[in-house]
Amino acid sequence: MTTTPTPQQHLETGSALGHSVPRKDSAQKIRGQVKYVGDTEVPGMLHGKVLRSEIPAGRIRSIDASAAEAMPGVVCVLVGTDLLDIDPYYGHAIRDRPIIAIDRVRFAGEPVAVVAAETEEQAEAAVRAIRVDYEPTPAATDLDGATGPGAPLVHEEPARGGAFHGLGNLPERLGNVCYRYELDWGDLDAAFAAADVVVEGTFEFGSAYQYSMETHACIAQVDGDEITMWANCQHPFLVRAEMASVFGVPLSNVRIIVPFLGGGFGSKSYTRLEPLTIAVARKARRPVRVVARVDEAILTSRQHSCRIHLRTAARNDGTLVARQAVCLFDTGAYADNGPRVVATAGDAAPGPYRWEAVSVVADCVYTNVSPAGSYRAFGAVHQQWAGELQVDEIARKLGIDPLEIRRRNLLRHGEDVRPGGKPLDGDLIGDVEKAAAALGWDRPRTEWVGRGLSVGVLAAGAHPVSCATVRMEADGLITVNCGTTEVGQGARTVMPQIAAEVLGLPVDRVRMGGTDTRFTPYDRSTGASRSTTVAGLAVQRAAEDLRRQLEDMAGGEADPAEYLNLMRGHFGFAGGELIGRADVHPEGSGSYAEGPVFWEVAVGAAEVEVDPDTGVVRALRTATIADVGRAINPAFVERQDEGGGIQGLGTGLFEEVLFDGGHLSTETLLEYRVPTTRDIPREMSCVIVENADGPGPFGAKGCGEGALAAVAAALATAVADAGVPVNQLPLTPERVWRAIQSRNDKRSEV
Amino acid sequence: MLIETTVNGVPRTLEVAPSDLLLDVLRDRLGLTGAKRSCDVQVCGTCTVLLDGVPVSACTTLAHEARGRRVMTIEGLAETPGFARLEEVFEHHNALQCGYCTSGMALTITSLLEAGELADDEDVVREALSGNVCRCTGYRAIIDAARELAR
Repeated sequence: MTTTPTPQQHLETGSALGHSVPRKDSAQKIRGQVKYVGDTEVPGMLHGKVLRSEIPAGRIRSIDASAAEAMPGVVCVLVGTDLLDIDPYYGHAIRDRPIIAIDRVRFAGEPVAVVAAETEEQAEAAVRAIRVDYEPTPAATDLDGATGPGAPLVHEEPARGGAFHGLGNLPERLGNVCYRYELDWGDLDAAFAAADVVVEGTFEFGSAYQYSMETHACIAQVDGDEITMWANCQHPFLVRAEMASVFGVPLSNVRIIVPFLGGGFGSKSYTRLEPLTIAVARKARRPVRVVARVDEAILTSRQHSCRIHLRTAARNDGTLVARQAVCLFDTGAYADNGPRVVATAGDAAPGPYRWEAVSVVADCVYTNVSPAGSYRAFGAVHQQWAGELQVDEIARKLGIDPLEIRRRNLLRHGEDVRPGGKPLDGDLIGDVEKAAAALGWDRPRTEWVGRGLSVGVLAAGAHPVSCATVRMEADGLITVNCGTTEVGQGARTVMPQIAAEVLGLPVDRVRMGGTDTRFTPYDRSTGASRSTTVAGLAVQRAAEDLRRQLEDMAGGEADPAEYLNLMRGHFGFAGGELIGRADVHPEGSGSYAEGPVFWEVAVGAAEVEVDPDTGVVRALRTATIADVGRAINPAFVERQDEGGGIQGLGTGLFEEVLFDGGHLSTETLLEYRVPTTRDIPREMSCVIVENADGPGPFGAKGCGEGALAAVAAALATAVADAGVPVNQLPLTPERVWRAIQSRNDKRSEV
Repeated sequence: MLIETTVNGVPRTLEVAPSDLLLDVLRDRLGLTGAKRSCDVQVCGTCTVLLDGVPVSACTTLAHEARGRRVMTIEGLAETPGFARLEEVFEHHNALQCGYCTSGMALTITSLLEAGELADDEDVVREALSGNVCRCTGYRAIIDAARELAR
């Protein structure tokens, strides 16, 4: 029996825990050698192109694909009637979405037919030759249209639960509301009645697009009841289960190979192009590759827009007492991850303060626009800015400094965030003080310059199931097998760092490849900031299992320099291999039972300058807090925080997916602008906080999402501090300019 | 039409249609997949290649425009003597995550360095790299790497 060596001892022997070791994939990536799915070809592969609906709602009277089928290079055209031999609906929360439209369309851009041809050009030409006869029906193209009296129903059939909703029994649909989340405690009416100050407002949050630069891509090959895919999915094991169910084949007959992903940010969560690619490959009897254009990627997944009616009450001494939130989320034509987004947003709506009473009602609403799904920091990014604007409004009314009102009211470590579930595991007061200090909170400021703080938490970790093996071969090299997808976060470096630490080996002796669901141990998903925490814990345990085997062979402590001799002694020759295995599953209490696995911290600060003539907001400085418990690789933590923060800047200032009558009007990156080097703040501070309070390996917990919510919200509070409170995100120049004008008008009336 | 061009130092004679995009010819015909497709509208820079040393978006460049000119992709750049330093500096600053934009960044930075248009100056670097989007890193590390390379 040996004790775990301390990290310091291992640093001396060459392990790298807590050090910014370089990415193991950097040379491959800088040299352009990485093959993403869109760079991958398989023998006999065809190219698939999708015909999409031109109208937001209607019945399909007929589809004439005969001209397309006769065109050069075309192998087949998939239409809805090809799917009658299976139950062709999918959706992990609500099984509401057909693989392609069957008899009606529910959004402009919904797949209606798929062409498979020898070349992409031939497939594109054939798509243009398909004739669809639609009978348009009334469309509910926004929240008002979907919730008012007499609103057309986007779905008329009874709801069916999906395989992974985990949200209890699916309630009956209320009109277009497909899911409702409620959170209540205390006596709300009494708390509001007894309060000294009440602020109230309606907040509108626009939909952003994740823009992972590599768009959705999938290659599918169907041989009898065997399905093989090369797909850029974040959650290959969940996609595998869903596809096995939809196509009626055994789970293990579906094989998904996942190379590197060119970003994900939630856009590649759950099932995307996989079902239609399988369906067209099944009909073509040849492998087919489908790669989305950017406009198709936006139509495949985007962020939920929402409207929040929010009331907050406080006493004259600055004590926050009650909050009420009534929220409508536009999930588009299919539920997708909407119910989970709405539940997470419901949990985030109160904000991490000590309330006497809270009431949250959050509805997930179907509309006839493209479906919204996961985008980094979902739920928190939707709510935090609105809640924090009201905290500051109260502080202003009472003459209390924004930092001080937060100090007085923020939850402390161990207090309940909501009734039930894991109590708060971070140090929010310490975190917001660090953010304020990093920004220079007390420095003098000039006119039209504002500073803002924001604090939130995000239920993170998802369902805690991950399995891993750590394999030592006869040359002493170690391979970590773990189903976490390398989306850019650095998993293929961090997991080897964890295993190297446990085994007392230098990190360059450990490697990790991509996922192949046929061979790679199960991992639930790559999202919810869970890779290092949950999959990393499985890797740590698997490495410990391997170390125990070596210790058994040694009859005591196993010296890393003796590993090969121990193996040779065991197998009697220079062969054989050792495999450590472990999993993480729900157990005990707290993190791995009630959940969330951890509360991801979303704390930030921003300084902005508002141009009163144009309404343009410039972010001058930002500070974000990476409260990660333990930074396995500090440089990776900084990159996650900086990247999330700049996505928060886009969300806060200008990124917005717009529809006109149900039709996407921001179809390209010309209309949908993302941040460039010109937009980033001059100073971006990332403060890493290591309190070893996480449930992951060595006290680690995840990061990378909080900064998005924190920066978007801090920009909003900073613009309000500059004198221009705006209840709408993003803070586009027009909105800010109008707010300045309306303020000036009010002043001149006085 | 038949065009003669040089790709990564190798003379090539290619049969191209007038509407063929340089990006498709490089990726699909020559297997040079280091140039990535993303925005298709000359905004993101993932498809950047050098045409006679000048960065262009291959997604909006016609293949026949390469007639009689030198095309350099990341696969070619990676074989040049100066590349090791760029690689080292990018790795040192951890200036990449998913890697999808990285080859475009590397080509843009190299061409600007060679043209003397990059300096260890925040404003110069910000302006110079504004045609290359990175969605992962938040740019700070890439700007720092470019500034170090310009020193």
